[in-house]
Amino acid sequence: MTAAARLARSPEPSAGGRGVVRLENVSKVYVVGSSEVHALRGVTLDFAAGSFWAIMGPSGSGKSTMLNLLGCLDRPTAGRYLLAGHDVAELNDNALSELRLRHLGFIFQSFNLIPQLTVRENIELPLYYLEWSPLASAQRAEQMAERVGLADRLNHRPQELSGGQQQRVAIARALAANPEILLADEPTGNLDSATGEQIMQTLTELNRQGKTIIMVTHEADIARHASHRLHMRDGRIDRIEGAGA
Amino acid sequence: MKAARLYRNVALGIKTLLLHKLRSLLTMLGVVFGVGSVVAMLAVGEGASREALDQIRKLGSTNIIITSMKPVEEESRGTFSPFSVSMYGLRYDDQRRAEQSLSTIRRTVPVKLIRKEARLHDRIMDLRVVGTTPDWFDLVRRDVIAGRVVTPRDAERHASVVVLTEYGARRLLATEHSLGEVLRIGGEYYEVIGLVQSESGQGGAIQTPDQEIDAYIPIEVARERYGDLSTIVTSGSMLRESVELHQLIVEVDRTENVESAAAGLERMLKQYHAKNDYRISVPLALLRQAEATKRTFNIVLGSIAAISLLVGGIGIMNIMLASVTERTREIGIRRAIGAKRAQIIGQFLIETIVLSMTGGAFGMALGAAIPWVITAIAGMPTIVTGYSMLLAVGISVTVGLIFGLYPARHAANLDPIEALRHE
Repeated sequence: MTAAARLARSPEPSAGGRGVVRLENVSKVYVVGSSEVHALRGVTLDFAAGSFWAIMGPSGSGKSTMLNLLGCLDRPTAGRYLLAGHDVAELNDNALSELRLRHLGFIFQSFNLIPQLTVRENIELPLYYLEWSPLASAQRAEQMAERVGLADRLNHRPQELSGGQQQRVAIARALAANPEILLADEPTGNLDSATGEQIMQTLTELNRQGKTIIMVTHEADIARHASHRLHMRDGRIDRIEGAGA
Repeated sequence: MKAARLYRNVALGIKTLLLHKLRSLLTMLGVVFGVGSVVAMLAVGEGASREALDQIRKLGSTNIIITSMKPVEEESRGTFSPFSVSMYGLRYDDQRRAEQSLSTIRRTVPVKLIRKEARLHDRIMDLRVVGTTPDWFDLVRRDVIAGRVVTPRDAERHASVVVLTEYGARRLLATEHSLGEVLRIGGEYYEVIGLVQSESGQGGAIQTPDQEIDAYIPIEVARERYGDLSTIVTSGSMLRESVELHQLIVEVDRTENVESAAAGLERMLKQYHAKNDYRISVPLALLRQAEATKRTFNIVLGSIAAISLLVGGIGIMNIMLASVTERTREIGIRRAIGAKRAQIIGQFLIETIVLSMTGGAFGMALGAAIPWVITAIAGMPTIVTGYSMLLAVGISVTVGLIFGLYPARHAANLDPIEALRHE
């Protein structure tokens, strides 16, 4: 599949467009001791529904801060962050949890599966917080495991699986509650290149099925799979590559 | 649906705790011993107070017991002149006056006590001969094992009949077949007409009116045959005293009138007795006192138990805080997925409550076992009450809640970003 073909399917982000995720002049300031650290300085950006973004940049450029904000784990110091019609800055902790639960799926560098739970229970975790019935959750977990090719590993513990398999369990978990947006933080960082490539294939496939994916990475090889590459520098957008940028 | 969810949460909590079996077990120990000591101490306390209350109740809660006492001056003078006769105590007139003075007094039972040697065939024992009226058997209610008790007809006829206690009968090798046989007490002969149960006052602080070595005869017979004068020979000295009545048991019509009747009797006796040669004991007052003592006792035991549970609770809190630190990343993951703070609190709270309740269950078993051992070894009466078990469950849940809340809140308030970065 060519990059052009992928790009053709991705809707264009535009200032006036109705993306599911939208940053408006967002700033984030951390106070460390007596000094202030400006992690983000007035970022305005639309992430259109169904697009696949790679956020790149040197460490300290603000890409992790951006992902935390997008993931509703943090609130902006100034500006507006609109997600699914909500202004995140105005929501309380419970409402943020609710947003994460229903609209976002997380994929981490170190997989972050809960070791004492089985694969099935890990996948069921979001459904547990959505208060699904045990039966419905079990069926959904099986579906998701099948989708990532791990239907025969449901009763294993995460530590019995390889790194690639663990990351696929994490993807299955991220998909369980059927969120529109997947947030991936260096999803291939702990994997060898072949396994990493498989994970990227899976993510690309999910993007094709309509998920909006926002991924932080520092590897150009990995970023190549995305439709948009956002380069950050000193808390600002340096440049955007791909998809008509 | 709600119950199913709770069941799932509890199952998850148990599963998590079982990952560290030894640690969970050690954490529980504080609660095990805390609850165990609560249940055991309450059982011992309950047993002791029940025994005391039982004894007091045996005295009769509507009874007032007046006992003749040798005045202190007489006691010391007695050794000076061994041949003098000391006269003290209740008079026959006192009984008559008591019956007439107060309308709340239903009846009175006079008691004359004489120590004599008794002989049945070739068996000999020292008896306490109790000369009394048939009413005795109503006021000091004991089971009749065989035969019958002294009746008004026996009293009228001045019949030479005797009722033995079960203990005395055993010592004299008397059985139900001994009814009708002749018992020699001192120089006099009596027909054995019945055997009754006795309540020995062993171990208790309160002396019951009856003793194991009693032999009951009509008071008229006792007066005729033994008189009022008695000679007590102790090593090196001889004591002669004259006592008309050794005891007077007064029955009051209702419990509410017992205290006023006791006060009335006291006033009446003071008029006729120059010396303080009697003692009035009111079982009801003793009962009240015993109940108050029991309350105090329970408060003391409760405080001790509370301290041991506090220590147990702090142990749980300590381990749960360590557990929260250890599982910081898990908390971060759950929060990132969308768990609300309350749900994290719930998860950790359930774990501590499962811990403390399991500890409580073991503690209940321990608390039930300890009194059993105490009774088996020391012979102390113990009663494990349902109420103490209920208290134990309540306490263990409360300990779990109180000492689990802080670690759980601590877990819930972790910053998810920091928590995910942990380790």
